[in-house]
Amino acid sequence: MKSITKQKTFDEIKEQLDGLDKVFIVGCGTCATMTKTGGRDEVLGMKDRLQELGKMVTGWTVIPTACDEMTEVALKENSGAISSSNCILVMSCALGVHKISCYIDRPVIPALDTLFIGLEDEPGNFHEVCAQCGQCVLGQTAGICPLTACHKGLLNGPCGGTNKGKCEVDITKDCAWTLIHQRLEAQGRLDLMRKYQPPKNYQATPRPRTIKIA
Amino acid sequence: MSTRFKEALNSGEFVITSEIGPPKGTNIEKMHHHIDILKDKVVAMNVTDHQSSVMRFPSIGGCLAVKERGGEPILQMTCRDRNRLALQAELLFAYTRGVRNVLCLTGDAVPVGDHKEAKGVFDLDSVQLLRTIRQLESGKDLGGNDLDGAVEFCAGAIVTPEANPIEPQLLKFEKKIESGAEFFQTQAIYDLENFAKFMTYARKFPVKILAGIVLLTSARMAKYMTENVPGIFVPQSLIDGLAAAPKGEAINKGIEIAGRMIAALKKDSICDGVHVMAIGREELVPDILTAAGL
Repeated sequence: MKSITKQKTFDEIKEQLDGLDKVFIVGCGTCATMTKTGGRDEVLGMKDRLQELGKMVTGWTVIPTACDEMTEVALKENSGAISSSNCILVMSCALGVHKISCYIDRPVIPALDTLFIGLEDEPGNFHEVCAQCGQCVLGQTAGICPLTACHKGLLNGPCGGTNKGKCEVDITKDCAWTLIHQRLEAQGRLDLMRKYQPPKNYQATPRPRTIKIA
Repeated sequence: MSTRFKEALNSGEFVITSEIGPPKGTNIEKMHHHIDILKDKVVAMNVTDHQSSVMRFPSIGGCLAVKERGGEPILQMTCRDRNRLALQAELLFAYTRGVRNVLCLTGDAVPVGDHKEAKGVFDLDSVQLLRTIRQLESGKDLGGNDLDGAVEFCAGAIVTPEANPIEPQLLKFEKKIESGAEFFQTQAIYDLENFAKFMTYARKFPVKILAGIVLLTSARMAKYMTENVPGIFVPQSLIDGLAAAPKGEAINKGIEIAGRMIAALKKDSICDGVHVMAIGREELVPDILTAAGL
């Protein structure tokens, strides 16, 4: 899983840290390192900027994978510096922010916005491929998710806004249904696209979504 | 559902429809004026639904005004702003108020409009909305629950004969027919030869097709549309004709072009009628019809 993140503007980070002057910074060695939003370099850069702002940085760490079980251990190893702080600034995706919030009794502030779960097609170029809807249709759509790759999430074919294979919202983006049509045609499976798709069941996994795996 | 509009479609006459754009605000005088101009000139009037994703007075409100003033409304419904509960509720309301023609649309994307940060709904798509109408007609809602009083509508959809690529659009066109579309109003067409080709294909299906005629008001507008609006192709000869018109006369040239196209479509019975869109210049629709010899 690759959780794609983007750093919030420094103004927004500053606003969230209003009244919180002693900061412990946490980065993540997995997705946020790969997206260059919360790896070692970005954590050190943030440390400098906060210090310039007059904040005290009581310490920092880059947890190997901020969303897994080792996070608790990593936080314990830094308990001294954390106890001197009055907040934790987390440079990971929201999963890391959430995980850290479970172990820390002081404010946990996100420095990043979590954008989507995506793949890297070429270096530095990420795109969303799955909206985690709970009812996978990729078998009928030649491996391209219309719910994710079509701006409107249409299930029965393209809208009238598509032009020369591009999307009306952004001509640099491909029309998902044009791609699906091309692939299904090449596979000799266009009948799949002719089949009526009923409205999506948005309660396939009711929110908040949980599951117990035996 | 038999409506004035549907009777006209089935009568074999060349059907003319046009379009009313509700105002942004509560000043409905201009809309009323346009309705009054058009109500006896066209068989039915579409009322647009937050056209181009720009927030306006609602389509159903415009349809009621058309009814009150003696016209025949076609309710445009997009899937952009309402989930399946709200869409069904509006269909129930429309039916009780005598609005019996519906055009089912996906709807433009939210970011092309004037509330760019809004949530696009698209809980249903246009094909599913057509099926929803047929489901409500059966006396049950989308949840499978019994209705205390069903609906009946003449339901239609749109198709884009100039789409590039066309194949995925035609596949959806057929799905719309299978889902209950009785009539189609097309995106603007300007290339009659290409449209005739589309009609040769479309005639295989038991649906009525009204060709979309959008008034060209200037060479610049024509050029903009052909370059930027998906599914619209304006031949260079028409753009040149508009550009050659004397200053201030381009609009008359546009009226002449629209009239000529309508006359040609009617003469050769290429399609079942036309849907004339003057986009804010509705008062010119009668001139276009005159230019078409109607």
